[in-house]
Parts: sequence; C-alpha cells; structure tokens
Amino acid sequence: MAINRDYLGRVYELPEPYEVTRVKIREFADAISDPNPLYRDPARAKEAGYTDVIAPPTFPVILGMEGVGQAVADPELGLDFSRVVHGDQRFRYSRPLQAGDLVTCRTTITGIKALGGNEMLTLDSEIATVAGEHVVTSVNMLVVRSAAPAEK
Amino acid sequence: MTAVRYADVEVGTELPERTYPVRRRDLVRYAGASGDFNEIHWNERVAREVGLPGVIAHGMFTMAQAGRLVTDWVGDPGAIVEYGVRFSAPVVVPDDDTGAELVVGGTVTKKLDNNQVVVAITARSAGAKVLARSTAVVRLA
Repeated sequence: MAINRDYLGRVYELPEPYEVTRVKIREFADAISDPNPLYRDPARAKEAGYTDVIAPPTFPVILGMEGVGQAVADPELGLDFSRVVHGDQRFRYSRPLQAGDLVTCRTTITGIKALGGNEMLTLDSEIATVAGEHVVTSVNMLVVRSAAPAEK
Repeated sequence: MTAVRYADVEVGTELPERTYPVRRRDLVRYAGASGDFNEIHWNERVAREVGLPGVIAHGMFTMAQAGRLVTDWVGDPGAIVEYGVRFSAPVVVPDDDTGAELVVGGTVTKKLDNNQVVVAITARSAGAKVLARSTAVVRLA
C-alpha cells in the first residue's frame, strides 16, 4: 500500500496548546535514565539561567509524535504504522523547552518518496509558544518498510 | 551555562566514550513517556511479522542516549543548538535481563563562530553502526 501522494504539504496542528510540565519532564528524563539535575531541580535550573526545569533535547519528539499520530489516524494517508521505522531525526533549537511553556505544534508533510521498495515520509514540526516565540523545529523522516521484504 | 570553554577545545578533541544498557523494560518505559507505542518496540511477534530480526529500540531512545554524551560533557543540555541523527541499523533488544549494549563516542570536528562547535557522534550495538551522519552543534562558554 503506497502513501497517498496528495498528502504532500498537508498540515496537522495540535487541537489545543501543549503544556510542558515538571512532572512530564521528570518522567521523560527517568525513561531515558538521565540524572541531569537541570531536568529535575528548579533551583539549579534557575541558577543556570532558565525560568524552570528544562526538557531533554529529544523531549520535543513527543509533540512531533502527536502530529504523526494525527496523520496515522487518517486512513486516506495509507500509512501502516507497524511497518514504520524511524529513519532520520533532526532538531534545531532556539532554546530548550521549559516547564511552564505553553506551546503549539504545527506538523507539515514535507516529503513522500519511494526508495528501494520502501517509502519515506518526512514531517517538519514547528514548535512555538502561544505568544509566537520559536522554540524548536523537529524534522522527522519515517521509513515505511516494504510489505514483502523477502520477495525482492 | 556550560563549564566547557570554547578556547580549551580543539578539532579532534574526543568526548569520553560511554556504554549504556538497553533492556526491554527500558523500551516499555520509554514508550509510555514518549507516547510512541509502535508494537515493534515491545512485541516480538509483530516485529518478526514485519521482517525485523526481533524487538528493536526506539530510534529516539538511542538518540537520547547518544545525546547524553554531549549533554554530560557540557553539563547544560540547553547549550545544544542543533542535534541530528540518521538511524542506520536497528538496536535489536533480546528478551533477557542484560538486553543490548549501546556504545557511544564523539569527536569535535569543527569550530564555528559564536563559541559553537560541531561534535560528530558514533554509536554501535552488537558490532553494527546504529547511527550515521550524526552531529550536535553546541554553544560553549
């Protein structure tokens, strides 16, 4: 099943702003077993010049995944999520996400192409505060593996 | 603010190599925290059905571990300006207590303006290069 080429350029926005919280940052830092105090201790984070604890560099993928989730939930796109592996991921930061940030995430399908029996889907997620300050851009390339890898 | 000074770093400066364990329970926990519940990261049957050798780690879990090499070095994760990786091979995680091993290394490959440097990151698991063309741009003191 091929990805629907008409979806190139399609945009998915979070239905409501995402609130970055201390609890979620701690949960994520625990899940990657990273003990850095700037993820956990507001006093240390403030000493380092932040308004509150900061999120790990890969935390914004949670927001990108929301966009992917919206795309996957759309049957017309034709994306078989069980065949998806992550191909490439890139982040460009204006600053780290911090607890207390209220952010929007706008995900655009920027690439759909076939390569060697697989298909590649590229999604760009722009994450900004509700006031319009850019925080981070996440560029996510997914590989949809061929349904019949043994038959090449 | 990071403790590493731009003036003290040269092209060729190596970051201390690190080894991280990757176990099934780490993947389940990461799935919950990240919201990526793709079954190939916890269900052996589904992973094999789609032609994978077994359950594989989330690429983003691998990316997070590899990123720690840089954030532990500079101390302040907010010093990272850009971070990008290509997942060149899967980290296959067996269903036992040991799991897989991820060995991560890094080298400063370029000094940029504005106190920024480029760090090239390598990551291997079971002899395979699991990250390719992976770099972080970091702002130093």
